[in-house]
Amino acid sequence: MKQLAALQQQGRRSNSFRSNSSPLDATVDGAIKSPATIFWLFLHGVCCLISLVLGFRFSRLVFFLLFSASPSPSTTTIYSALRTTLPVISSPQERNVSADGGGSRVVVGRHGILIRPWPHPDPAEVMKAHRIIERVQAEQRSQYGVKNPRTVIAITPTYVRTFQTLHLTGVMHSLMNMRYDLVWIVVEAGGTTNETASLIAKSGLKTIHIGVDGKMPLLWEDRHKFESRMRLHALRIVREKKLDGIVMFADDSNMHSLELFDEIQNVKWIGAVSVGILAHSGGSEEGDVLMRESDADEKDEKKSQIPVQGPACNASGNLAGWHTFDTRPFVERSAIYIGDRAVVLPRKLEWAGFVLNSRLVWEDVEGKPVWVKDLVEIGKDGEDIESPLSLLKDTSVVEPLGSCGRKVLLWWLRVEARADSKFPASWIIDPPLDITVPAKRTPWPDAPPELPAYVEKVTTIPENTEKRPAKSGSKRKRSSRSKRKHNAKVLDIRASTKHAGDN
Amino acid sequence: MLVIVLELRRPSSSRSGRAILQAKQMQLAVLNGKKSKDTEEGSAGDVLDDNPVGKLKVYVYELPSKYNKKILQKDPRCLTHMFAAEIFMHQFLLTSAVRTLNPNEADWFYTPVYSTCDLAPNGLPLPFKSPRMMRSAIQLISARWPYWNRTEGADHFFLVPHDFGACFHYQEEKAIKRGILPLLQRSTLVQTFGQQNHVCLNDGSITIPPYAPPEKIMSHLIPPDTPRSIFVYFRGLFYDLNNDPEGGYYARGARASMWENFKNNPLFDISTDHPTTYYEDMQRAVFCLCPLGWAPWSPRLVEAVIFGCIPVIIADDIVLPFADAIPWEEIGVFVAEKDVPYLDTILTSIPADVILRKQRLLANPSMKQAMLFPQPAQPGDAFHQILNGLARKLPHDKKIYLKPGEKVLNWTAGPVGDRKPW
Repeated sequence: MKQLAALQQQGRRSNSFRSNSSPLDATVDGAIKSPATIFWLFLHGVCCLISLVLGFRFSRLVFFLLFSASPSPSTTTIYSALRTTLPVISSPQERNVSADGGGSRVVVGRHGILIRPWPHPDPAEVMKAHRIIERVQAEQRSQYGVKNPRTVIAITPTYVRTFQTLHLTGVMHSLMNMRYDLVWIVVEAGGTTNETASLIAKSGLKTIHIGVDGKMPLLWEDRHKFESRMRLHALRIVREKKLDGIVMFADDSNMHSLELFDEIQNVKWIGAVSVGILAHSGGSEEGDVLMRESDADEKDEKKSQIPVQGPACNASGNLAGWHTFDTRPFVERSAIYIGDRAVVLPRKLEWAGFVLNSRLVWEDVEGKPVWVKDLVEIGKDGEDIESPLSLLKDTSVVEPLGSCGRKVLLWWLRVEARADSKFPASWIIDPPLDITVPAKRTPWPDAPPELPAYVEKVTTIPENTEKRPAKSGSKRKRSSRSKRKHNAKVLDIRASTKHAGDN
Repeated sequence: MLVIVLELRRPSSSRSGRAILQAKQMQLAVLNGKKSKDTEEGSAGDVLDDNPVGKLKVYVYELPSKYNKKILQKDPRCLTHMFAAEIFMHQFLLTSAVRTLNPNEADWFYTPVYSTCDLAPNGLPLPFKSPRMMRSAIQLISARWPYWNRTEGADHFFLVPHDFGACFHYQEEKAIKRGILPLLQRSTLVQTFGQQNHVCLNDGSITIPPYAPPEKIMSHLIPPDTPRSIFVYFRGLFYDLNNDPEGGYYARGARASMWENFKNNPLFDISTDHPTTYYEDMQRAVFCLCPLGWAPWSPRLVEAVIFGCIPVIIADDIVLPFADAIPWEEIGVFVAEKDVPYLDTILTSIPADVILRKQRLLANPSMKQAMLFPQPAQPGDAFHQILNGLARKLPHDKKIYLKPGEKVLNWTAGPVGDRKPW
């Protein structure tokens, strides 16, 4: 209907011709060239020329005026034919209504294209539209979404370092965008600091900021263990304060999809989601190839070509095992210390992939299932709790979430700068630099940082490696020397990235 | 539940009447607990759920296959274009419970002529032979059976889903000039075209939605909790440069006005694209524009209703499908063509609870079912609504029965070309 291209063109072209000759149907049948036909043809030619000049179909107007015996309702009126040749009318009031009384108000023929004087959006209306959309979405959520949403208790272990702001802002924004009540427990290694506190205060969320004594270790192995300790500490807070809701572990460098928060509302006691592992850091194409080539195929430690950790289901949708990350291709080349330019490997099963009903860690609550151990029994000897599965006597009760682990709802990633890299406190340069002078030499050209004695890769470094960034404020009081140090640090970070590229 | 609905069914057109009816039905729904709380009944549900079986009897004439089967065999594209309703209605009636093989007890007579199946290479139907085809079919049935001459077609119905119905032309001026085929003047026409006070719409015609393939639509459904984030959505032409190079004829300038006024407006997702995610996008939109084109109706209305997107109907004096059964003013938003430049003001000033109510009414499954022509037919679908419409016109007025030998129709009226045998 809408695109009768060739047809309508033909139709239109022959239309005027036919309309011209329609009064002559009776007489022209014999194709006799009477003077009448010649006259009509001549008149038609003149009308065509006039139409060419005027730009609209003039002949219709003439024929209407000449032959309008009994106008049928809703046919062309003088107004429509006479309508101005301008395709654009600026004021909308010029739209004419048909002159015919009892007929339809709608007229066939040419109409103007109405454009208002300022065809641009009005900000007040845009805001109204957004409010309408919000209301519609809230209604959708209440109808099709989760009924009785529970509070989400997010546990994030963190510590002050170069990329803390980067990672924590990402988690913060994910938590701010999700639509359920939230309690955010931020556990900080080395005690609470103002830097972290000011950062999380910007979120406007309900936060519990606690500190754990002891610095975050330099080696990844140790860091994983320390983080587990921090998370257990947070779980003890949940137990003390009797926080009610769903506990999830939002590590600060992970990426969470908002669907994750909708999905975990479905958990009853303990659930597991699939975690995508982004274990590749710069220069690991060989790692890719290795993963694709090896095709070991064990039962419950399936190596998948897509690195995903999470529950594995059998055909009936029940938990049958676990997908874990195969570390074999990376054994030679994994990162040892924080800031190492190699692949950072996750553990067998990451904490981030588990969600718990907070009542599992409470003291005495009825309805607590028999298969869960009491929180105080775990970790009190300082042993390493690798994943929340240690809380369970029987791991088969874990509920697979995200359509049985098929949906990857969060992504695990560990990206850190060198542990000794310096950065301005809170990423604010205060007072602002007024003279920037390039350093004559960088303090440490390409030396790896100082590591604990039991690790092989220790080399001695000249100066200023282990200074905590929090103390950089005091250094600033020394005027030009500190400024140069700032520049030097900045230059060094850039230098070290260049060096990494050369690797 | 069905029993209760029948008891309460009272045709009431006043708003207060409808409100009381609605309140009562909602109470009953709560008591019965059968319908979920997210579909609001009342003004929408009662008439749509009527079952036509037992209310009327339809006799299907057996025409030679040159009028139906052979045409379809020549071009199977007729089964998927938007005029396919005529073919599927025939197939439905052949196996329906309302069909009777005894014409003496029939209330309505159906003539299966596929007049919209003569397709051009690009798929669009050519209406040039349709008048002759119709005429030939009517001559056949008036010669072979006595029922046509008994009433001169007043108890016969025909499906004419083409652009301007039984005017059998795609150009409005030509169609108006032709008018409805004189032989069909007394019959009931079931057509997609509907515009008030128009030559091509007889009083008593039944307006139906254009055919939309149900499987294709159902295969593009997305989960209902996907948030609706598009405010206004439209995909289609604004200017028809092939047929309307001057501008101002196509859509009476309304589509062009839409484009010029709102192409810079981020709330309006309008373009001439043909995205593969068209159906999915409609399900993510709050309002879907349904402006007129060369004719006032379009499949967009059907798609909008099925996908729960509030239709914004921009077509002056349009008559919408099943207007006596579906409360279009409560479901959709009507905007006059002259108000198109202020569409954004109009749409943003609708109160949010009115919008939510419209969405609840649209979520009613009987509304969606009434717009579709599923194969095989399901209760409450468009086939049944057509039969309901026909049933509501019963019993026939005694005056339609003519005395023997009395002739009302003029068999020689119309252009000379129409009288050529087909």
